[in-house]
Amino acid sequence: MISKFTLHHDVFGRLVFTVSGGEPEVGAEPVRAFPLSAPDHGLSIRSASGRELVWIDNIESLPPDLRRIVDEELTRREFMPVLTHIHHVSAATEPSEWEVDTDRGRTRFVLNSEEDIHRLGPDKAMLIDAQGVRYLIPALQSLDAQSRRILERYL
Amino acid sequence: MNNQINAWDSLPVSWRAVVRERLVEGERLVSWFEPDLDAGLRYAAGLLLLTDRRLIAWNNAGTPSDWSLPLPDHELSADERGGAGAVELLSRDRRVGVWRYTAGRAAAAHRLVRLFDRVNVGHIKSDDAGTVCPSCGELITSDDGLCPNCSPASTVPPVSSLIRLLVFARPVHRFMALGFVLTLAATGTGLIAPYLTQPMLDKILIPFAEGKRNDVGPFWWYLSGMAGVTVLSWLLDWARTYTIAWVSERISRDLRMRTFAHLQKLSLEFFGGKRTGDLIARISNNTERLCNFLAINVSGFATDVLLIVLTASIMLSTDFSLAVVALLPFPIIFGLVHLVRARLRRGFAQAEIAWAAMTSVLADAIPGIRVVKAFAQESREVERFRHSNDRVMEVNDRMNLVWSFFGPLMVFFTECGLLVVWAFGAQRIFQKDITVGVLTMFLFYITKVYTRFESLILMIAATQRAAAAAQRLFEILDRVPSVPEPTRPLRPERWQGRIELEGVRFKYGSREVLHGLNLAIQPGKMIGLVGPSGAGKSTLINLICRFYDVAEGAIRIDGVDVRSFSVEDYRKHIGIVLQDPFLFYGTIAENIAYGRPEATRQEIVAAARAAHAHEFILRLPDGYDSLVGERGQSLSGGERQRISIARALLINPLILILDEATSSVDTETEREIQAALETLIQGRTTIAIAHRLSTLRRANRLVVLESGEIKEIGRHDELLQRDGVYARLHRAQVELVQGIGI
Repeated sequence: MISKFTLHHDVFGRLVFTVSGGEPEVGAEPVRAFPLSAPDHGLSIRSASGRELVWIDNIESLPPDLRRIVDEELTRREFMPVLTHIHHVSAATEPSEWEVDTDRGRTRFVLNSEEDIHRLGPDKAMLIDAQGVRYLIPALQSLDAQSRRILERYL
Repeated sequence: MNNQINAWDSLPVSWRAVVRERLVEGERLVSWFEPDLDAGLRYAAGLLLLTDRRLIAWNNAGTPSDWSLPLPDHELSADERGGAGAVELLSRDRRVGVWRYTAGRAAAAHRLVRLFDRVNVGHIKSDDAGTVCPSCGELITSDDGLCPNCSPASTVPPVSSLIRLLVFARPVHRFMALGFVLTLAATGTGLIAPYLTQPMLDKILIPFAEGKRNDVGPFWWYLSGMAGVTVLSWLLDWARTYTIAWVSERISRDLRMRTFAHLQKLSLEFFGGKRTGDLIARISNNTERLCNFLAINVSGFATDVLLIVLTASIMLSTDFSLAVVALLPFPIIFGLVHLVRARLRRGFAQAEIAWAAMTSVLADAIPGIRVVKAFAQESREVERFRHSNDRVMEVNDRMNLVWSFFGPLMVFFTECGLLVVWAFGAQRIFQKDITVGVLTMFLFYITKVYTRFESLILMIAATQRAAAAAQRLFEILDRVPSVPEPTRPLRPERWQGRIELEGVRFKYGSREVLHGLNLAIQPGKMIGLVGPSGAGKSTLINLICRFYDVAEGAIRIDGVDVRSFSVEDYRKHIGIVLQDPFLFYGTIAENIAYGRPEATRQEIVAAARAAHAHEFILRLPDGYDSLVGERGQSLSGGERQRISIARALLINPLILILDEATSSVDTETEREIQAALETLIQGRTTIAIAHRLSTLRRANRLVVLESGEIKEIGRHDELLQRDGVYARLHRAQVELVQGIGI
C-alpha cells in the first residue's frame, strides 16, 4: 500500500522525500493525524505546500531507518510539554498565571480563560496557554493531590 | 374508519338527532360544516353534511335537501371574500346550491369541499389525517384548524401540574415516605421540650420558690430530658433535611432527563417556533426551581402544618378556653393571607414577564452586538435595556409594598396574640383555673407557631412559582411527536433509492404550501430543486426527511410509503448537507463520525479525504484530534461544510439531500465543495436545493417549483428554451452577476 519512498535530511537540515523514480520533495514534514488519541496511527507526510505525499496507516509498519528519521522529525516539530505538577495558580480570576512542572522542565504561562482547559476523555486533559502552547495531562488520576485539587476547579 | 368517528364525534350535539334520523343504514358520515349565514348574509344556522353517498343540507327552515353521490359533472367549491364566504355546488349549466358562512368557518368549508371531491370521484381514503400545527407539529384533525396542543391556552390549573410531579416521585417513593416519617418525628420531638416546662415549673420550680419543696433533683431529670429531646430533634431534622434534598435532587434529575429526551424526539416544527433561550431556561432553571421548591418549601410546609396541628391539639387538650383565645389570630391571619394571595400571584406573574422581557433584550443585544456596533446603536440598546430594567424594578416595587406591609403586620399580630394570651392566661391563674406552668407552656407553643406563619406565607408564593415552573415543563412533555412511529415497521433488506411523490400536499396551519406534487426520481439520479423563496423547496425536503409527515398523498421509497418505516431506521439512509453545518463541541474525528460513532479511524480519514477535507485537517495543530465547535477551533464556512460532507459520506446514505450546501461560501470555496460533492453524489439519489443555478449543473433534471406547484421539469438547456419560470430565474441571476461586474 505504501509506495516505495525514501527520506533523508539534506545539508540544510531539511527533510527530503523521494519516491522511487520521482522528483525529490524538499522541506517535507511528517504530521500525525491523531496526535492525541492515537499518535501511532495515521501519519501523513506532506510537502512544504501542504500537499499529502504519502499516507502511512501505522508508524510501526515503517522500516526501522525511515522510522528513526520520522520519529526524530516528529519530536522536533511537536512541542507539547506534559504537565506533571502544578505549583501555583495566581488567582481565581482570569487570566491566571500558572507555574508548573513539565516533562521539559519548570515553566510559567498565562491561561486566558478556563475555556482553554479541555477535557479530552475521562482521564485526559489539555491546556492551551495565551501563546497557543499546548500542555498535555495524559492521566489526571496519576497527578499528585495538590495539582488535582487545583484542576478540579476548572474541569 | 377514523373519519366517521372523528366527524361524528365532532358534530355538535344539537344536530345529532336530526342527522341520525336522516342517515340510512350503513351510511358513513365523512365531514360536516355549519354554514352560518343565509342568502341575505344574516346569521342563520345550517348544516351541510357529507356522507359516503350523499351531500345533505339543512337550512334554518329545517327541511333538508340532498344530492346522491357521485354527481357527475358537478363541482363543489368554497371561496371567501371579505368576512364571508360561500360554498357553491355547480352543475355544468347552473348553480344548484349555495351555502354562506363567516370567515371563521372557512377551514371547515374547505375541508368539506376537498373531501367532497374525493367521495365524488369514488375513492375516499381513511387516512385523511388533517394538517400539521406550525408551532408544535401536532396533527390537527379538528375542522376549525386549531391545534389541540397549542391553541386553547392551557386551562389546567397550575397547581395540578405540581400534583403531576408525583409521577416522577414514584421511583423514590420509599425515600419520600422515609422523609415524611422523619418530618413527623422531628416536628413531634421538637414539641416535647415545651411540654416538659409545665411540670417542671408547677411541680418543682414554683413549689421550690414558695418554700414548699427543697429537693431539686427531679429538676435536673427534667432538664436532661429536655436536652435529650433537643438533641434528638436536631438529629432527626438533619436526617429529614438530607433525605428530602436527596429525593428532590433525584426527582429533578429525572425531570430534566425526561424533558431533554422528549425534546430530542419532537419535530423540527416545534423548535422553529421556540426561542432557544426559552427552551434552555425551561430545562435548566425550571427544574432547579422545582428542586428547591420540593426540597425546601414542601418539607418546610409539611413541618409547619404538622407543627400547627400538633400544637393546637396539645393546647386544646390542656386547656380548651385558653387554647381558643390563643388561636384566635389564626383565622384573621388566614383571611389576610387569602386576600393577599391573589395580589401576590398577579405580582409574581408580572415580575416573571418583566424579567423575561429584560432577558430577551439581553438575548437580542449580545449575539447581535456586531450589528449594534455597525449601526452605532449602542445607546439605543442601553435605552431599551433601561426601559425593561426599570419595568422590573417597578413591578418588584409593587410587590415589595405588599410584602413590607404584610411582614410587620404578621409580627404585630404575633405580639398582639401573645398579649392576649398573657392577659387571658393571667386571669385564669388569678381564678386558680390553671397553673403558671400551663401558661408558660402556652406561651412557648404560641411563639413557635407564630414564627411558622411567615414561612407559611412564603410558601404560598413559592407554590405559585413552582406551579408555573412545573407547568412550563409539562408543556414540553405533553407535546406529541408529530411523526408517528408505525406499530409494525417494515425493514427492507436492500434499498435502491427510488423516490416517488404522489399528490403530496402540506399545510402550515390553514395555509397550504404544497398543492399536490407528483414526482419520481430514479435511483442514483440527481435532481435540482429550483424556485423562488417560499416556493416550498425546503418544505418538500423536510417531508422527504420525515421531519414531518405529508397532510395528503404519499412519499414512497422503492414503492413503499415512508410512513411504514421506523423513523430512526429511515433517516439512517438519508444524508443531509445543510447550508450552515453545525459542528458539535468535540474533535473533528468525532464530528465526522457523528452519524456512525463506531467508524474506524481509517474510515474517518477516507471520508475526509473524499470530502477534500483531509489536507486542511492535517494543517490544524492537532489534526483529526483538533477540537471544534462552540469552544473549539474556529473553522471557515467552507471547512465546516467539507466536514459535514465527510459526515454525510461516512454514513453512506442512499438518499442525499443538499440544502443550499454552497450558498454561504465564496466561489473559490464553492469550487472545492463542488469537488467534494461530486464524490458524494456518486450512486446516490440526490435532491439538491440551490439558489445559485450554477451549482446544479450536475443535476440530471431540474424541477422548478413555484408557489407549491411543480411548474417545469427538464434539463438546463431545455428549460431555457421553454422560456418559462426557470429561464426567468436564470436571466435574473445572469443580470445580477453582470451588474455586480464579476
